[in-house]
Amino acid sequence: MLRILQFLYSLRSFLLFVLLELVAIWMIVANNSPQGAAFFNSSTAVTGSILQTQSDVVDFFSLAEANQKLIEQNAALMEALTNLNPPTDSVTFELDSAFAATFKFKSARVISQTLRFSQNHLTLNKGAKDGVKVGMGVFNQDGVVGRIKTVSENYSVAISLLNTGMLVSSKIKTSEVFGSINWDGRLANEAKMLYIPRHVKAQAGDTVVTSGFSSIFPEGIPIGVIKAVGPGENQNHLDITVTLSSDFSSINYVYLVENTQLPEIDSLQQEAEVINEY
Amino acid sequence: MNIRVIISFLLMAFVLILVQILLLKNLALFGVALCFIYLLIILSIPVTISHIPLILISFGIGFIVDIFYDTLGIHTAAATLIGFIRPYWLKIISPTGGYVDSTDPDLKEMGIGWYFTYAMPLIFLFSLAFFLIDQWGTAGLFGVLNKSFFSSILTFVLAILVQLLFFKRKRGI
Repeated sequence: MLRILQFLYSLRSFLLFVLLELVAIWMIVANNSPQGAAFFNSSTAVTGSILQTQSDVVDFFSLAEANQKLIEQNAALMEALTNLNPPTDSVTFELDSAFAATFKFKSARVISQTLRFSQNHLTLNKGAKDGVKVGMGVFNQDGVVGRIKTVSENYSVAISLLNTGMLVSSKIKTSEVFGSINWDGRLANEAKMLYIPRHVKAQAGDTVVTSGFSSIFPEGIPIGVIKAVGPGENQNHLDITVTLSSDFSSINYVYLVENTQLPEIDSLQQEAEVINEY
Repeated sequence: MNIRVIISFLLMAFVLILVQILLLKNLALFGVALCFIYLLIILSIPVTISHIPLILISFGIGFIVDIFYDTLGIHTAAATLIGFIRPYWLKIISPTGGYVDSTDPDLKEMGIGWYFTYAMPLIFLFSLAFFLIDQWGTAGLFGVLNKSFFSSILTFVLAILVQLLFFKRKRGI
């Protein structure tokens, strides 16, 4: 018995090493499951405030560019507004009020993000206090950015579109054929469009937008432009490469969208035993 | 090991981690070369430290960096591996006559040739472990090797620069 203990004691550093590696592997696995409660991430109070300060400093240098983008978007919004308020002498129809209230929008600022891994995340400066909820869609003026994964009091963490575990329901704008956008972990400006059948005529230059089927994003938010169409390894599906329209290396301000009728849709689909692939 | 040495070491560790998480987090030279300058902390711990504290320190440093990178566990696993391997590697490449008690494994004390054989394999091993875990099941082995190779070169060059600029020579010429 004593000799066994002595033997184990002589191996103590190796045993400690194995134990710590197991802890690390447990953390990797626990952190990568989408439902896993992530305690230690950049949305906790201390890390959140440090990253906020860093982002404040960095943002100061990109103010001019951010302003330019805001001005452009203001212009587009004003144009849309004038279309909604036609002159009094023309004939207008009231929009269905239920449809108008389906989606609620919020804005937030990205205070930290990763780009170079296969599981990328963004940290936003809005949290539960500001009404951010798990599952909200994240996009900016260029296109889809991600989806909210965890929310703390003041901050929230979103899964980036550049995350191999993230699927976005999408469609080709011209032909209305729908599939899923999934990042393949290679280039930060390209993703794959999955589940497009072989018989569909897709060609480079076609625009890809959100389909609205997943009830996370409203229909028609841009995702990217088809770059190349290939036969694909699978007999049934095309291999489509999409150039993403948002530039993930310079994301500053984002919009959050919440589908106010998501619980109702969810429970209805659960009752009908339909599985919704987010 | 007096109190001044410990304080200056802690200060260096703090500054290096800060540089890592604030400046180098999204740096990727040509899309393949990442920089892990915080490894310099683990590499510069005096030779005389015993094995278990070294592993624990490596684990802690990796964990802190992980929290800020949102990659919980990846840096931790790779850094713990380096902390575990380091004493064996030091023993293998020990100069004739062994290490003096006060030896610090850094560039100024040991010279560029020894430092290259000491640091480069450890940094490369770290990068290899890091990218293997990160890209698990998604990219091919070539991508992992490519990224590890260039990342370890970048990290090594930066580690040399940091030491030339900021490490004080402890003895006279």
